[in-house]
Amino acid sequence: MKIRSHLKNYKIMLTKRIIPCLDIKNERTVKGVNFINLIDAGDPVELAKYYSESGADELVFLDITATKEKRKTLLNLVERIAKNINIPFTVGGGISSEEDVLSLLQSGADKVSVNSSAVKNPELINQLSKKFGSQCIVVAIDAKQIKGRWKVYLVGGRVPTEINLFDWAAEVEKRGAGEILFTSMNNDGMKNGFANKALAKLSGLVKIPIIASGGAGSMQDFADTFLEGKADAALAASVFHFNKIEISKLKVFLKLKQLEIRT
Amino acid sequence: MKIAIIDYGSGNIRSVQFALDRVGVQSVLSNDFIEIEKADKVILPGVGEASSAMTQLKDHGLNELIPSLTQPILGICLGMQLMCECTEEGDTDCMGIFPIKVEEFKTDLKIPQIGWNNISKLKTRLFNNLDENEYVYFVHSYFVPLSNYTIAQTTYHESFSAAIRKDNFYACQFHPEKSSEAGLQILKNFINL
Repeated sequence: MKIRSHLKNYKIMLTKRIIPCLDIKNERTVKGVNFINLIDAGDPVELAKYYSESGADELVFLDITATKEKRKTLLNLVERIAKNINIPFTVGGGISSEEDVLSLLQSGADKVSVNSSAVKNPELINQLSKKFGSQCIVVAIDAKQIKGRWKVYLVGGRVPTEINLFDWAAEVEKRGAGEILFTSMNNDGMKNGFANKALAKLSGLVKIPIIASGGAGSMQDFADTFLEGKADAALAASVFHFNKIEISKLKVFLKLKQLEIRT
Repeated sequence: MKIAIIDYGSGNIRSVQFALDRVGVQSVLSNDFIEIEKADKVILPGVGEASSAMTQLKDHGLNELIPSLTQPILGICLGMQLMCECTEEGDTDCMGIFPIKVEEFKTDLKIPQIGWNNISKLKTRLFNNLDENEYVYFVHSYFVPLSNYTIAQTTYHESFSAAIRKDNFYACQFHPEKSSEAGLQILKNFINL
């Protein structure tokens, strides 16, 4: 019986993805603890190269100071990153139009992530996925559980809404999102594990892949989010930036847990 | 060595160029007939939606040019699917280089397939110096079924073509330009065909 279940698992060889996230401010990498108290964690291009070479499956860059004036410097940075790495990467932050997406893709980004702008104008998801294909449209959702209810937050977790996480996830899928990047604000920065209950519910609810974000503190947290949270990918920042977890070791650890992992 | 990357306004084609830079080969992005015809090798990239991509190819007359080319050509991802007869995506007629119908995944698994999956039963020089079951990066919701043209296969719900070949036309469903060292090796192999 054991062999049979092993073979069954082997049918799905698509691997679980490990994704370092680089928050960018003024062309530098920063990481917030619960979205406040930013600490400088290095040069984005150097970090991107390092992660690409050490076995990261993808990278995500979130420009947290995405104002109009900063746009050009972001595009230059994206181009420098694209020249230096050969794994896929997603860019997010302040994206609200087809032009924004086009210029990022032309600079070398593979996917874009939209957040607040999609909540304010859900039709944007339809437009972008029609024009560029679902595969490059990631919808990022920041949500917080208050008295048992998951509510969506905007503007980097600063502005609460009355929108229910699960309703919104179902809607973004229907509108053409290719992936959902779900950050639990309750877990983010706490290094105490991902929001696996909510993640498992999301994963059962939508057909598109779910990227788990917020709460990574140990290697076991990653195993748990894949096994219990049913996540397709796990994203983390500071545990990687400050070398608390090495990606190569993490991948060996996850393989020992019988997870499909690229090593 | 001149490599032309066909530029028909589809998605991220710079990453293909950056990858070629990394293997030390100069390339041009072009939709110019003469430039494409005189190139030693041609790459047809593509991300996005099939019917709009086909319209963009037609707008430039590239749907007529591409099947007539005689040098080695590599279609990538949507570029591969556009080389087939037709696709279920938007019920689109494609270029018909390969007499194959592109199908939509019908499965309980997550769609699109996004991420690293392994490729096996590798054939042709395109896969020189690659190990069986090497991991490469896929992003797609539609797939090219197995056929006599299959030169690499992968499994997601069912087995399908990870790469196909007919004469000078090569095509892969995965993104070699995003597939780390394995992907760079495949691009090198293509350049050395």
